[in-house]
Amino acid sequence: MKRSISLLAGAPLATRIAAGFVGFWLVLAVAGPWVAPHPVGAFVDQDVFSGLSARFWLGSDYLGRDVFSRLLYGARYTVFLGLGAALLAACCGTTLALWATLSGGMVDEIISRAMDTLISIPSKILALVLVAACGSSLPLLLLICALTYVPGNFRIARALAMNLAALDFVAAARARGERKFAIALHEVLPNMIHPLLADLGLRFVFVVLLLSGLSFLGLGVQPPYADLGSLVRENISGLTEGAPAILAPALAIAVLTVGTNLLIDALKPEDKR
Amino acid sequence: MSGAKTGKASLWPMVARRVGSAALTLLLVSMVIFAIAGLLPGDAAQEALGQSATPEQVAALRHEMGLDQPAPVRYARWLSGMVQGDAGQSLVAGMPVGAIIAERLPNTLMLAGMTAVLAVPLALIMGITAAIRRGTWIDRAINLASLSMVALPEFLVATVGVLIFSVKLMWLPSIAMVSAEASWSDTLRSCALPILSLTVVVVAQMARMTRAAIADQLDRPYVEMARLKGASLSRVVLGHVLPNCLGPIVNAMALSLSYLMGGAIIVETIFNFPGLASLMVNAVTSRDMPLLQACAMIFCSAYLLLMLVADMVALLANPRLRAQ
Repeated sequence: MKRSISLLAGAPLATRIAAGFVGFWLVLAVAGPWVAPHPVGAFVDQDVFSGLSARFWLGSDYLGRDVFSRLLYGARYTVFLGLGAALLAACCGTTLALWATLSGGMVDEIISRAMDTLISIPSKILALVLVAACGSSLPLLLLICALTYVPGNFRIARALAMNLAALDFVAAARARGERKFAIALHEVLPNMIHPLLADLGLRFVFVVLLLSGLSFLGLGVQPPYADLGSLVRENISGLTEGAPAILAPALAIAVLTVGTNLLIDALKPEDKR
Repeated sequence: MSGAKTGKASLWPMVARRVGSAALTLLLVSMVIFAIAGLLPGDAAQEALGQSATPEQVAALRHEMGLDQPAPVRYARWLSGMVQGDAGQSLVAGMPVGAIIAERLPNTLMLAGMTAVLAVPLALIMGITAAIRRGTWIDRAINLASLSMVALPEFLVATVGVLIFSVKLMWLPSIAMVSAEASWSDTLRSCALPILSLTVVVVAQMARMTRAAIADQLDRPYVEMARLKGASLSRVVLGHVLPNCLGPIVNAMALSLSYLMGGAIIVETIFNFPGLASLMVNAVTSRDMPLLQACAMIFCSAYLLLMLVADMVALLANPRLRAQ
């Protein structure tokens, strides 16, 4: 943690801006309900799709509700579902990868083949089929998004673990008679944690894009809940007026994902040119 | 001479192995999709008849639709139907799935094709420029732009496009109308916004991977040799470097074009484009499983086919890959 902070202090301006955006969203997602100037579902404006004003910072939506307040609440679903799904995907993928690598043989063969199969289904297509079959309550959406990105994480984690497992200190641990679980936890995992964290950030970006895409199609977060993608969908009729109600949530997603992406790229330890 | 001969002789088994592997993966994918679709709570017969149906009616329809048979039998029947081009009946439209798809597929292929025609040269130019001007502000600008574009949600690109080009400037229509009677220029005009949106979405990844592939080659001794001989940088890149990274570049193109399939889902929906992806979204909304399964299989086949082609090109372009 300390290292990443000192890294940030000496980083170029763009990196600090990106980090600022990401931090800003994380804080807003946590503090949203206390910051929001209006209740999330209240009809507070006579006009629909009104523009920016002192009372309604980002205007009002298609029913005359405050866009800024709805944005703050929506960000919670986007950020927390995204983080949850990315973490779950990374945990499952990495656990499977470690298991496959250290077991080798048939186990590796079967797991790898299964993951290869899943990775051959484009992620949006897989998510759509899963939503059609299972529905889209909030816990299900979390599981679906996680499952969709397990194979991608598995592939990276397995490649990393394969390289590490061939090294002498793992062979030494094996010779000492340590169990597979102990080797995975104490020898292999600590040495691949940095690239895995970068991958986690990337998965977070993918999940946020997938989730808001699903919500935009009306297949993701269902009313009465609304994430940022749902906000874009419900205000789509304001597009011809150029209402802030549709642009603000779409821009909010972009700031979150682009910021995360730039931050990951900047924190990458010396990319090979 | 004999080396070339053995190289040739060993090419075909490798091609056959890759084709076989792709076919096996496709078979496994079909199992996954069939299995997920089978998770559906309630079944199609109940859904088709509604709540008021008697148990006998439901049982009769289940029998008629073959739903009372064990899953492996249903899977085998579905798969053999798909192979013969008969994907079953759509539950909602009451038409053969094949007929519905045949109407939509050409539109999606056209959209993907036109996007590729625009995006591939653009990505090549961006990637090559960034690689040649490594470390300069142009490289940094392209890097920043492509990193941002990768993470943009498709609907932001599309809505901003609509706002600028159809609401403010009124140059382009915001709804894509495609019909057989429309002239080429009309079709192109009405598809301009979807094509532009998709291009923004796919071009970034292609450009980044092109840059990485070329930048990797530029450090090799043979490039230095060619430069020392007095060849110009553009000549070295076009004549020496590009052929050497054909494999990775084609791979990047294939990956990005396969992403077109997923990206098209949002873009087709926004512009009301009558393509396969928006058809699939409708199938999800109405829980029309036969239609959904068929669409998913087409997308997965397209993905595997693109990957296979990229693999083949890499194999042909780089003899060292054929060595083992």
